[in-house]
Amino acid sequence: MSETPSGAAQQTPEQTPATTPPPAYTAREMMAIAAGRFIKDGDVLFAGTGVAMLAAAVAKRIHAPHAHIFFETGGIGPPLDELPMAVADTRVMSYSNLNAGLVEAFSYVANRRLHTIAFLGAAQIDKYGNMNSTVIGDYRHPTVRFSGSGGACDAGSLASAFIAFMQHGTRKFVEKLDYLTTPGWLTGGESRHHAGYRRGGPLAVVSDLGVMKFDEVTKEMYVAEHYRGVSPEHIAENTGFAIDVSRAVETEPPNAEELRILREDVDPQRLILG
Amino acid sequence: MGERNGLDGKLMTVAEAVKRYVRDGCQIAVGGFTINRNPMALVYEIARRKVRDLHLVAHSNGQALDVLVGAGCVARIEIAYGGNGRFAPTCFRFRKAVEGGEVLVEDYTNNQMTLRFLAGALNTPFIPSKSGLGTDVLQQEGFPPEIRDGDKVARKKVHVMADPFGHADDDVALLPALTPDVSLIHAQQVSTDGTVRIKGLTFADLEQCKAASAVIVTCEEIVPECYLRLDPDQNALPPFLVDAVVPVPYGAHPTACPRFYDYDPKHLNLYKEVAKDDAKWAAYLDEWVYGVESWDAYLDKVGGAQLVRIRANTVAGYAPGLDRR
Repeated sequence: MSETPSGAAQQTPEQTPATTPPPAYTAREMMAIAAGRFIKDGDVLFAGTGVAMLAAAVAKRIHAPHAHIFFETGGIGPPLDELPMAVADTRVMSYSNLNAGLVEAFSYVANRRLHTIAFLGAAQIDKYGNMNSTVIGDYRHPTVRFSGSGGACDAGSLASAFIAFMQHGTRKFVEKLDYLTTPGWLTGGESRHHAGYRRGGPLAVVSDLGVMKFDEVTKEMYVAEHYRGVSPEHIAENTGFAIDVSRAVETEPPNAEELRILREDVDPQRLILG
Repeated sequence: MGERNGLDGKLMTVAEAVKRYVRDGCQIAVGGFTINRNPMALVYEIARRKVRDLHLVAHSNGQALDVLVGAGCVARIEIAYGGNGRFAPTCFRFRKAVEGGEVLVEDYTNNQMTLRFLAGALNTPFIPSKSGLGTDVLQQEGFPPEIRDGDKVARKKVHVMADPFGHADDDVALLPALTPDVSLIHAQQVSTDGTVRIKGLTFADLEQCKAASAVIVTCEEIVPECYLRLDPDQNALPPFLVDAVVPVPYGAHPTACPRFYDYDPKHLNLYKEVAKDDAKWAAYLDEWVYGVESWDAYLDKVGGAQLVRIRANTVAGYAPGLDRR
């Protein structure tokens, strides 16, 4: 994910009508809360690094106290009293249900009894929710090298569903990925099934501008929600492929209690909030 | 229970262990995960000895990978992830080396790399997986055909086939086993008979060690054999898989060692600054790796107060309230 926090309050002025007071929260805070709202009490969550941890931690403290969080490293069910800086942070192994390793963690990601939702980030995403976290340019001679899959491709392949975090922009929401690291809906329609997957796929994309979902039949991305102060057209302009905005509604802004929990309880050092 | 002298011939210094087991061109597996339990004392020694042309195999490696690559020790990498979480979304020297064409990289996923080590441990030539179907991870090869000898480098990266047991339209990916020449890990405790105890997560350290031809374990402390035998459920590796045991307190610094110390945010932030810049990086290697004459000297450079700040709370296992900005 991009390391640059970009606040909704920093959107271009013409996007915000003069009558609307500037939102008293950042885009990253909105993202964490918007994503956290997808989490249901009792869900089993596979969290990656960054905003994913905020979303999981905030949901667990607000409306999903019985959600189970686990990490690909093998940390199963930590309470996250302190925010981990990486999925291998000792904070994912303290006071947990149990500690194991990667084999065990992926046996929960893939487990057919569990409804496992993964939270993932990437450098690029396409209209079918396929993601790139490997390279820009030619694979053998890249102009930019990223971290690589880690467990993202595995979660995209094996989990029941995944939610992606992205910074919006035409270089990130692209027509064609430089490298397909994590499988989304592949080429749309039934293609994911034909590739050999029997479940999973992207549920939503939470960006700094809004929330995108995927059409049930075509599996193409559409704008489902736009944050307050951001127009659906602004999202379309910042998307590198044609995107349907006709179904977009305004996102409920974070309330004072959600913000208090996020700022004072979840990330008081602003390690991820920035 | 009497103490047997089970470490005879295994107890050695970092320098002796690296000299004996880590040679130019060999394939090494490095344990830990991003900012946790990386065998850094061994990594610094490999850098100091200027070992070259290493073939590094790991799942999600961070600090160890970046120092080895940045010190010019590595020629080939098979890996799932080269990052350090919030301290480095992509490891800096790794990124520069790949973009500069200085190292060859073959990408897999965490699940795939773990399964490949498991296959190696079971002496099975390959293992099936459902990860990555339809992606470039399965379709793009990073290594050129001329180095694919079928020995340490698989003849092909992956083989996709129809599930021979289930439905004909259901594909699986076969992944080649990994059998590294040597596996390097850092553990909390090794007993006087060579049994290894790891606290916190084991990541894929156990599979890596079982797949390797030799295993070097650095540890925080050597404890009496009878102590690890009191609670064998907690133990990670048996004595007969361990070739070299090296006691190195703080041997994972600046990465964390659960129940002993947290990661060192001060050092990782310093690293983040120097690793971005070639001149600063060269100076860092001189100051922190090549110019350090002993592990004591390294710890003196880190500083007593900082080592106390990152010291783990004995209950939490990390350092609660540590300033991690």
